[in-house]
Amino acid sequence: MPKAQRIPMARQPSAVATAKGQVQPGPKWAGRAVATAARNLARSGWLLRGATGAAALVPVVALAGILAVLAERAWPAIVYNGLGFFTHVAWDPGSSYGNPVRTGGALHQAGATFGALPLILGTLGSSAIAIVVAVPVSVGAALVVVEKLPPRMANVLGLFLEVLAGIPSVVFGLWGALSFGPLIARDLAPLVARHVPDLPVLNFFRGSTGNGEGLLTAGLVLAVMVVPIVASTTRDLLRQVPALPKEGARALGLSDWEVSRLVSLPWARSGIIGASLLGLARALGETMAVAMVSGAFLGANPSNIYLPFTTIAATIVSQLDSAFTDGTGFYVRALAEAALVLAVITLVANVAARLLVRKAGGVALPVGRGI
Amino acid sequence: MASPAATSLSGAGAREPLDLYGRPPWRRRAADRAGWAACLLALALMGAPLVSVLWGVVGRALPGWRWDVLWQPATSQGGGLGSEILGTLVIVAGVVVVAGTVGIGSGIFLSEYASGMAGSVLRAGSEVLAGIPSIVLGYVGYLALVIGLHWQFSLGAALLTLSVLTAPYIAKSTEAALRQVPTSYREGADALGMAPLHAMRRITLKAALPGVVTGLLIAVAIAIGETAPLLYTAGFTDNLPSLRWAHNPVGYLTYAVWTFYNQPSNVFQDLSFDAALVLVVMVLVLIAVSRAVVARAGRHAERN
Repeated sequence: MPKAQRIPMARQPSAVATAKGQVQPGPKWAGRAVATAARNLARSGWLLRGATGAAALVPVVALAGILAVLAERAWPAIVYNGLGFFTHVAWDPGSSYGNPVRTGGALHQAGATFGALPLILGTLGSSAIAIVVAVPVSVGAALVVVEKLPPRMANVLGLFLEVLAGIPSVVFGLWGALSFGPLIARDLAPLVARHVPDLPVLNFFRGSTGNGEGLLTAGLVLAVMVVPIVASTTRDLLRQVPALPKEGARALGLSDWEVSRLVSLPWARSGIIGASLLGLARALGETMAVAMVSGAFLGANPSNIYLPFTTIAATIVSQLDSAFTDGTGFYVRALAEAALVLAVITLVANVAARLLVRKAGGVALPVGRGI
Repeated sequence: MASPAATSLSGAGAREPLDLYGRPPWRRRAADRAGWAACLLALALMGAPLVSVLWGVVGRALPGWRWDVLWQPATSQGGGLGSEILGTLVIVAGVVVVAGTVGIGSGIFLSEYASGMAGSVLRAGSEVLAGIPSIVLGYVGYLALVIGLHWQFSLGAALLTLSVLTAPYIAKSTEAALRQVPTSYREGADALGMAPLHAMRRITLKAALPGVVTGLLIAVAIAIGETAPLLYTAGFTDNLPSLRWAHNPVGYLTYAVWTFYNQPSNVFQDLSFDAALVLVVMVLVLIAVSRAVVARAGRHAERN
């Protein structure tokens, strides 16, 4: 067998001999020393450690580089837009027919105003709808699968969640735009809008119901995409609930439901919250599906939940083509500022999720989109 | 006070005892039923969209399905998805090489060498990177590679952007798999005098192979399904991918879904659904393969 042969043993005169042959000018002992040093280096694991260490640094360097590139590109826009970026509603790249104007060192089109308030509110609002819908559904489904259904069914659920997590977001967008959105516009939205009581607080839920492209549709499509993250983490957590407290509770006369509600869920609570935050980060950053069902409505807030809106991510996708045509390059910088804001928001959600779960101890959150 | 308990003991038809909180038992039973019914409803609500998505895509794409969609190039009148499918495969192959190298290396370091503070910083950095929205990565790829390095829309820009996105998944999966390998394997390799690189390749990594492969398959699934990071790095073309690193745009499947779905012509809408069907089938095949890998590894583990 060649196996034993391939293990490099400490004594291998051939290596030294070749090295001696190669190192012509110096004395003999120098060549031998170099060869020994090289061999010791290889055997010390330095090579493996150094190469894999460099690989491990890549993500951290990339993360820092991403934030640095965004900040560098966005800086003139940050200075020009000021706090108005977070408070203004108007979004106008300016007139490309007039002469460009220079403000504080940054060249931009005359009359350029970038107010990202509708974008930010749209991002937060659609994600909030997604979380409000997805978390109870995911927890309920995971609960019944783990506690009540036979293990074979739990396996089927796992497959199910994998498929749901694996379906590309453009396919969800396609579904949302051409079949789910119209369904909402035809059936769900009029039904809800008609039956919501006529109170000023609830005005956001009444009125014109649109054509299916809007905040509600986007939120619900996002909910479908968040479910795999929350449900798979919750299922794993519920499986790890120790048997003793559950058996104790049952011995005290609690029913299945009461054991689940009073023992299992509290045990898994912080993990579920962590997974929900991770799902929130996913919903905040989701682009294609939202771009396809949002209606891409820039420049104002939607007047009710059924009407077109936009998010930061969807705006970057839909506006970059027009940004290319801005000769001053300022529109690209404004979008970089929007991207930076989105990166910071998702970063906060991600770090919060991981800190929360670390504090609870022991449970590993999935990476990114939870597959 | 004791009368309800006494009557319930006295015989059939009598009232059941109140519980510790003084509630009648029918309320507890009703809460039980309602609770589990709500959970079942949640399960159904979770299942419905998936069925609807799959049904919608398959039901729309299958009736007019032509096999030559898979190899015919796109034309201005419609044509097929040949160049997009090839482009997606080229991008995926590149991601496996680039992200695979970085991700597996990173996973090895995190599992074998990184401990304490440095380890948790590297791990957190990698996990947080995976949480950065893909459109932000795509935008940075556009700013830094397409414009900054003058690569223009190109395979190189697309590959690097997608690799940054997918490497953390491979790293996490590799690290988790390596941690499962018993310490005795490593000690045995050490005792035999194996060089670290050799021991890693032949012993430790070999034992962790199913986890590594699963991580790679996840990366492939993401590379197939992502659109946002590619829109402004890969660009788009109807031509076959040229395999050049820079200056040549690449076509890919998700772009076809995104750009054809709201075209007025039915031919293009059909292409959009065809592309969606091909994507869904690819994802299903990947899931089947990864399940097979895990099942095979499980059988091996039992036998050993």
